[in-house]
Amino acid sequence: MKPKGLLIDITRCVGCHACEQACAEANNLPQDEATDLSATHYTFLRSFNDGTVFVRRLCMHCNEPTCVSACLVGAFRKMETGAVLYDESKCIGCRYCMQACPFEVPRYEWGSLAPKIQKCRMCYERVAAGRQTACAEACPAGATVFGDRDDLIREARSRIDATPGSYIDYIYGLSEAGGTSVLFLSAIPFEKLGFPMNVPREPIPDLSWRVLSQVPKYAVAAGVLLFGINWITARRAEVARFEAEERRAGKQVSRESEVRA
Amino acid sequence: MNLAGALKLTFWKSVAIVLMALGAGAAVERYALGLGATTNLKDTFPWGIWIGFDILVGVGLAAGGFTIAATVYIFRIERFRPILRPTILTAFLGYLLVIAGLMADLGRPWAIWHAIIMWNPHSVMFEVAWCVMLYTTVLALEFSPVVLERFRLHRTLRVIRAITIPLVILGVILSTLHQSSLGSLFLIIPGRMHPLWYSNIIPFLFIISCVAAGLAMTIVESFLSSRAFGREVELPLLSELGRVIVVVLALYFTVRVQDLMSRDALRYVFMPTYQSAMFLVEILLGVLLPFGLLLVRRVRESRTGLFYSAALVLLGFVAHRMNTAITSMEHWPDRLYVPSFQELAVTLGLAAFGFTAFAFVAKYFNVFGEAPHMEEEPELIQNSILNSEL
Repeated sequence: MKPKGLLIDITRCVGCHACEQACAEANNLPQDEATDLSATHYTFLRSFNDGTVFVRRLCMHCNEPTCVSACLVGAFRKMETGAVLYDESKCIGCRYCMQACPFEVPRYEWGSLAPKIQKCRMCYERVAAGRQTACAEACPAGATVFGDRDDLIREARSRIDATPGSYIDYIYGLSEAGGTSVLFLSAIPFEKLGFPMNVPREPIPDLSWRVLSQVPKYAVAAGVLLFGINWITARRAEVARFEAEERRAGKQVSRESEVRA
Repeated sequence: MNLAGALKLTFWKSVAIVLMALGAGAAVERYALGLGATTNLKDTFPWGIWIGFDILVGVGLAAGGFTIAATVYIFRIERFRPILRPTILTAFLGYLLVIAGLMADLGRPWAIWHAIIMWNPHSVMFEVAWCVMLYTTVLALEFSPVVLERFRLHRTLRVIRAITIPLVILGVILSTLHQSSLGSLFLIIPGRMHPLWYSNIIPFLFIISCVAAGLAMTIVESFLSSRAFGREVELPLLSELGRVIVVVLALYFTVRVQDLMSRDALRYVFMPTYQSAMFLVEILLGVLLPFGLLLVRRVRESRTGLFYSAALVLLGFVAHRMNTAITSMEHWPDRLYVPSFQELAVTLGLAAFGFTAFAFVAKYFNVFGEAPHMEEEPELIQNSILNSEL
């Protein structure tokens, strides 16, 4: 299966919240008012410019996800559909994924005694069965479209090229964090819509791997160095002891000769 | 002990008992009601003082363990032997408290053993977890002779003595890896941290600063236990540590400023922001002031001067770790964090428990007495004492 994705065209969104409702239905979540993403809201429609512009928030499903690399027990997995999934049976609850995510997506069940991470699953089971995501299916305005990520990039490009005046020339998600499955188009600069613009362009896991990959080399080098120092100081102590004994023996000899004299 | 001294000690004992009781109560509440009801953590601020203080600071203050162990066993600078055991004890207790703090912070603490069998070598947290497990074991073994001597388990003692050198070397490697990896945890968050603290050399900064903090902790701990147990403090030795701290602080300051310059972040230092103020407290009070004080021989060799300088080093160290983990992520007005009562109570309770446990172990075990050489037989010790006399 080719990796799938979502293309969200902010210029087409009419703010009907159908995506939120469909998402809640598909994931058995409560249908209630939200103020942001939460453990019970996998997607959230934020409004800007006095309620004329609407921006969906949801997991970006990075190509090389930071959460997958950050989780010490490997509770996150990038699936063949492109979805990034979380497995609570592995999770120990350190919340490093929440800290590490460049888009601040993972949410926590703070009220629970066995808390889990919650976030968009890009409708993994539906997509694996050949269907599209619930949000894309529900969108009446074609603002959220589901498809192969490659096709969606081409589609986004052609929309920008067809009417250059109605879009800014930027596909958000094309290269953010090394590329994400969810892509955005907008008429308004993304920084004015709350998108983080300082997300590195290269895959973020590289930032820690650069250091982590040096650990074995460091351990060996430090071990050799310390054993070497130990060898030298041990030898020195031995020599000092030997010399002291000699001196003592020498003194004894001289004392004996004194006695003899 | 005179009356005033006894009263003072009773006062601190009662403070410790109150703090431990509050901490235990808060911990019970945390397990009964969950993290949401008892902490001020939230989705936009998932890590608080249990990570910033209990773990980052706790591990850092244990750094005296590997520094002094390497000095005595690897570099064989024997005159530091009198402070070896109390320092190892401090480090060991420090690590146990870190694990206790972690158990409060983890959302699913019963699954902590997953770290042993579910591996992800690409995660810095994986390195952190393994360093905690292995180094705590090493510290337990490094401290074990004190317990084995007490119960006259001579055969086991001989085994431990035989492996002392490899054990200490393993300890140095694990400990330095652990200190640096706590810094590396933050490498993956470039976007969210204030430029005064985010840097790609953060693991290196964590190592340098923990050496200064570990030694300062050794000094402070020596002063406190000299008061608690009515012992003479090893002033000349501790002054020497003060001199080492001067060098380490100088190195730290230079690297820190160079790092800020190379990232063009020096301009954030004097901005009228909360972050700048916290940075200045950290660097002026916690690095430059103790550096200047310890540079003066009269200060370094006086009891009060040395004690307060070391305390300032600790303050700077605590400020650096807390600023890295908390201040650097705060953002007015939507991203602020103030610890809850329960978070503070658990943290203070654990600290009080640490002091109490230290006092208990020091009372019933030979922590301060003339520690016999671990790897050598008694007659050799006699020889080396003779040698030093000759």
